[in-house]
Amino acid sequence: MRTMSIVFFAALLTIPAAADEQPVELKKAPGLDKVEANCGACHSLDYIQMNSPFPTAAVWDAAVTKMIKAFGAPIDDADAAVIKDYLKQNYGN
Amino acid sequence: MPRLNRRHFLGGSAAAGVTWALPVSSTAQAAQPELSPALPLGVRTSAVLDALPGKKPLIKLSYRPPNYETPIEYFREAITPNDAFFVRYHLAVIPRIEAEAWKLSIGGEGANGQAELTLQDLKAMPAVEVVAVNQCSGNRRGLFQPHVTGVEWGYGAMGCARWKGARLKDVLDRVGLKKETIEIVFDGADGPIVDKTPDFIKSIPVWKALEETTLIAYEMNGQALPHLHGYPARLVVPGWTGTYWMKHLVSIKATTKPEASFWMSAAYRIPLGKFPLVTRFTSQDTAANTPITEMVVNSLITSHNEGAELKAGSALGGIAWDGGYGIRSVEVSSDGGKTWVAATLGADLGRYAFRTWSLPLADKGRQTVMARASNVIGGTQTAELISNPAGYHHNVMHSLSLTVI
Repeated sequence: MRTMSIVFFAALLTIPAAADEQPVELKKAPGLDKVEANCGACHSLDYIQMNSPFPTAAVWDAAVTKMIKAFGAPIDDADAAVIKDYLKQNYGN
Repeated sequence: MPRLNRRHFLGGSAAAGVTWALPVSSTAQAAQPELSPALPLGVRTSAVLDALPGKKPLIKLSYRPPNYETPIEYFREAITPNDAFFVRYHLAVIPRIEAEAWKLSIGGEGANGQAELTLQDLKAMPAVEVVAVNQCSGNRRGLFQPHVTGVEWGYGAMGCARWKGARLKDVLDRVGLKKETIEIVFDGADGPIVDKTPDFIKSIPVWKALEETTLIAYEMNGQALPHLHGYPARLVVPGWTGTYWMKHLVSIKATTKPEASFWMSAAYRIPLGKFPLVTRFTSQDTAANTPITEMVVNSLITSHNEGAELKAGSALGGIAWDGGYGIRSVEVSSDGGKTWVAATLGADLGRYAFRTWSLPLADKGRQTVMARASNVIGGTQTAELISNPAGYHHNVMHSLSLTVI
């Protein structure tokens, strides 16, 4: 895929790029739908990939709680539990 | 050639039956930036080189809100080009503002009156220029060990530009400040997607607001402020980290009480007494912590990448900066810090600017080189990370492995 990447990159240099957000594909696992629908509403999902594999279960719990309590994310308790579980299983330590 | 955007490009290619398939993930479709192996695996696999409108390809850490860092090679000069300057937003609703529609309101309970300025009004005021570094508080957070959660920046969440604008103190003079006023509070036009997300609001102490070089800038490196850098006007707070440099500035309020918004009271704080800083923001102190203020002394080797070969006698080089006292020296060690050789400093663009430096390497062989800057008030860099919960003020000496042939 390296060659393709270079071709694409060369094209980007000559074509004014729009601010189109590219889809970020997270690991396919139970709970991904809730992550995409809730987390992805406010921010791109690369935020989730970025810190892996370091966050412990407690760190992911705190991160989801912060999104709800500090940033006002409208996520109900059932979805929050599913999201925390997905993050710990797929991007945790 | 018709103007195409990336969506057109992808769609057009697929429709034309180009043999390679549509990429299925962001990592498959753009060039990979060169990143420090010390960064988390997650950021090293998800970061791509990606061009925002009007920008060169930068290291994309997050698309929305956009957080893009500058590749190190742009730091070989003291001035960072506008189209290569890092982009950092907290909130994802970023309106495009028309100059004619923009108004800046000035008031608050700590002011004697109220005023509203147009861009024309602002430009009619005495103009001041300052060359100053804008560095994200969390620059190099991704290099923290142990790991600190957040935007996992490498070395490039910073840049240095020539900013032009009106003095904030002249703007504040339009309303006058009460003697009880302790802070000036700033809000920009960008906002959150969810109403309950705290708006990005920041304050600075009055004494910093009244400094001659604290500006409301409308030009960056001789051009109108680009959209992603805060068009039509932004705050410039030389010496202090980027968190205070409010973009798309629309409101200034004087206050007699400490600003209590989330972004002041809960974010951008450092433990009391851990960093050797001179300037303080005491009206915001708690028993445990204090707002981040001036940048710590720092430097970066930018002439070569990790593992590079260079000929004996050719120069190692980079940049150095601090919180606005001025760089006194940059030294280089090739023996793990036992001995140091002074580098030659480049042009002095002012005490808030990047200072370039260079030093020819004479001794042949494989070696690890390390750079250490010091400023005129005796501050220098640290050999060991000063840990803090949010991952700020990383100024561990930068080192590279090189082979001199």
